[in-house]
Amino acid sequence: MQHWIDTLIAAGKFGRNPPHDLVYAIFIFVLSAVVFLGVAFPFAGIVSWVERRVWARIQSRVGPNRVGPNGSLQWLADGAKHVFKEDVIPDEADARLFKLAPYVVVLGYVLPWAVMPFSSTLILADLNVGILYFTAITALTVVGVLMAGWASDNKWSLIGGIRSAAQIISYEIPAGMSIFPVVLMTGTLSMQGIIQAQEWEPYHWFLFANPFCFVAAIVLYVSALAEGNRTPFDLPEAESELVAGFATEYSGMRYLLFFFAEWGNMFIAGALITTLYLGGWQAPHLSDNRVVMNVLQLVSFNLKVLFLVFTSMWVRGTLPRVRIDQMMSLCWKFFVPIAFLDMIGTALWVAIWPDGNLVAGYVMFALGLALTALFIQRVVYYLKRSRMEIYLHPTI
Amino acid sequence: MSDAVESIPRTDDSTLRTEEMTLNMGPQHPSTHGVLRFVIRADGEVMREAVPDVGYLHRSIEKIAEKVGYHGFMPYTDRVDYVCAMFTNQGWGMACEKLGNIEVPRRGEYCRVIAAEFNRIASHLLTVGLMGMDIGAMTPFLHALREREMINDLIEELCGARLTFNYMRIGGVAWDLPPGWREKALAYLDHLEPILEEYNALFSYNQICVQRLANVAPISAEEAINYNLVGPNLRASGVKWDVRKDMPYSAYRDFDFDVPVGRGQWGTVGDSMDRYMMRIYEMRESAKILRQALTNMPDGPVLAKVVRNFRPPAGECQVRVESARGDQGWYVVSDGTGYPWRVHVRTGSFAAMGMIQKLSRGLMIADLVVLIASLDVIAPEIDR
Repeated sequence: MQHWIDTLIAAGKFGRNPPHDLVYAIFIFVLSAVVFLGVAFPFAGIVSWVERRVWARIQSRVGPNRVGPNGSLQWLADGAKHVFKEDVIPDEADARLFKLAPYVVVLGYVLPWAVMPFSSTLILADLNVGILYFTAITALTVVGVLMAGWASDNKWSLIGGIRSAAQIISYEIPAGMSIFPVVLMTGTLSMQGIIQAQEWEPYHWFLFANPFCFVAAIVLYVSALAEGNRTPFDLPEAESELVAGFATEYSGMRYLLFFFAEWGNMFIAGALITTLYLGGWQAPHLSDNRVVMNVLQLVSFNLKVLFLVFTSMWVRGTLPRVRIDQMMSLCWKFFVPIAFLDMIGTALWVAIWPDGNLVAGYVMFALGLALTALFIQRVVYYLKRSRMEIYLHPTI
Repeated sequence: MSDAVESIPRTDDSTLRTEEMTLNMGPQHPSTHGVLRFVIRADGEVMREAVPDVGYLHRSIEKIAEKVGYHGFMPYTDRVDYVCAMFTNQGWGMACEKLGNIEVPRRGEYCRVIAAEFNRIASHLLTVGLMGMDIGAMTPFLHALREREMINDLIEELCGARLTFNYMRIGGVAWDLPPGWREKALAYLDHLEPILEEYNALFSYNQICVQRLANVAPISAEEAINYNLVGPNLRASGVKWDVRKDMPYSAYRDFDFDVPVGRGQWGTVGDSMDRYMMRIYEMRESAKILRQALTNMPDGPVLAKVVRNFRPPAGECQVRVESARGDQGWYVVSDGTGYPWRVHVRTGSFAAMGMIQKLSRGLMIADLVVLIASLDVIAPEIDR
């Protein structure tokens, strides 16, 4: 990106000898505004609608279907409604922290978009520590949630905030360690570098590179669910226990911002897993045209991420919530040791086969296909023997 | 209200001094099943004690009975427990019949059993669904309500109401089954049994669900009897006591059904999982009773001749009905006038409520929600 701006400056598009820093700054503002307002914010909104529709389908309801075709503009209506609502700040609340908290949470959602690798060229900043930046900045969410829980001056909020802190910090560890195997294999922390080390064929993905990576990917997915406060780990806002958890005292737009970040974080988590384990934007080389290839890569990346987003909605529609002690023991007694083993195992693997082992890739891919087939067979089995249609024709 | 807070004993047994906080759960809390209030003394997530504070839904229903007369009180009984109003209807009807020596026609008794057992299934569906919602899964709740909706349709056809039925009368029921209703009811039962299997596969046997419910707040058989628990809560602790079986009333003598008891397959006998599964088992037994009742229905009238100005002779009586929330006692004193002198209802939720304070010690806050849901506490039934 910087290279492109440099060529524009050299071509004299901004007058003779423009101050480079100023041009950069303008570009940063404009591009981030485009990405945030044009991609990140509408995305979170649309995900909220999709989630409600998917959820409704799972629960044999209809879901929002009134605003726009199939209710697809529901998120705009909800947003407008929340903007016009009264912004209540409790008397006893720490007003400054209370007001600030939602923005910190949203910051944790929008900042990772800076290193989001949509295609080989579409990336705002290909940092050489991209993946580190990514995990560090998503942890900002916990600061906001804790802030909200503390500042609300409500015991339910406080419990929600503390739960969130305990949960996110704990799950950062297995999540962080599940990233190491890929870093060990590629030797880079850059998002683009990791994707370029993979190919578009599934058996070249790091998911199937070796058994340890496969397990690490699953650990990462579950940890990402936990970090995003998603069911079965939605304890911080457990509505049946803590009223609304850390968001109890919030209303109007501030309340919406929390959930906005939650919906958006599904994409962030999906993007992380896609980049690391599912081949990122890698697409089959169908054309030599750069634009066509970039579009293909964009589609490939988004399809994978949206599949993961859908899975997370599916999980939310199916599973109950775990208890706080079960969640912590799952993390510390199972995920952390497993993640350690994955790291050591991958290190040994890399020591034995420094260039990777393609045979293992094929075998793992076949196993993955078999697992998928088994899963589909189970689902079809339940679909077939599930209930018959019944309509009792009520007379009234 | 302040009494509830003051009555909590202070404990200083821990060596590590941490500050306890007093949490106020309810009366407006999403998982208190109506208007309940608990004063929780908690150390972080672990509760020292949860003290129930009842009375927010008191409507003086027993006093109303003394003012509106025997026939007039029937619609009010719906409000004692609006989740399974057929049983309160039946309890009041049976008490008046006992006082006035009225014989209910055979077909009337069968209609009562059919309506009541359908209502039991509806109530249990709501209970298992709410358990799902209380531990964070919305889907089981909506699936259960979808099935309950069909029962509501059936009962609406039967008596015109979906929640507060006012179906029964002193001396029988208000209306006979409408034409074609029997076939619909049987079709629904055919539909229900596979649905329960599906529900179990979706939710009950889910590993997270089992881990959340098993070994949470177990009640031993002795404790359950001492605290006067009734119905499914008592049977979950392994005590085989069912008023329908042990003190048969209405037409229950004619039917062949089992009384399931808790065996503790998932953990301890009498834990929350046992209490939860008890509802699923009972729905199956109810379906069994309904099939027999619907196929063997005798002909004849459904309502005995009862004078409009019903004046039972002076005396008192006590009847027991096995409601969805357990043994429901109706104590009625008549002084020979057209108005009862005293009415008292003894309900299952009230007894269960009395046990929560003891069970809550050492549980986590999330477990309290499970405990309330597993005891199937319904707020209007506690306060009446």
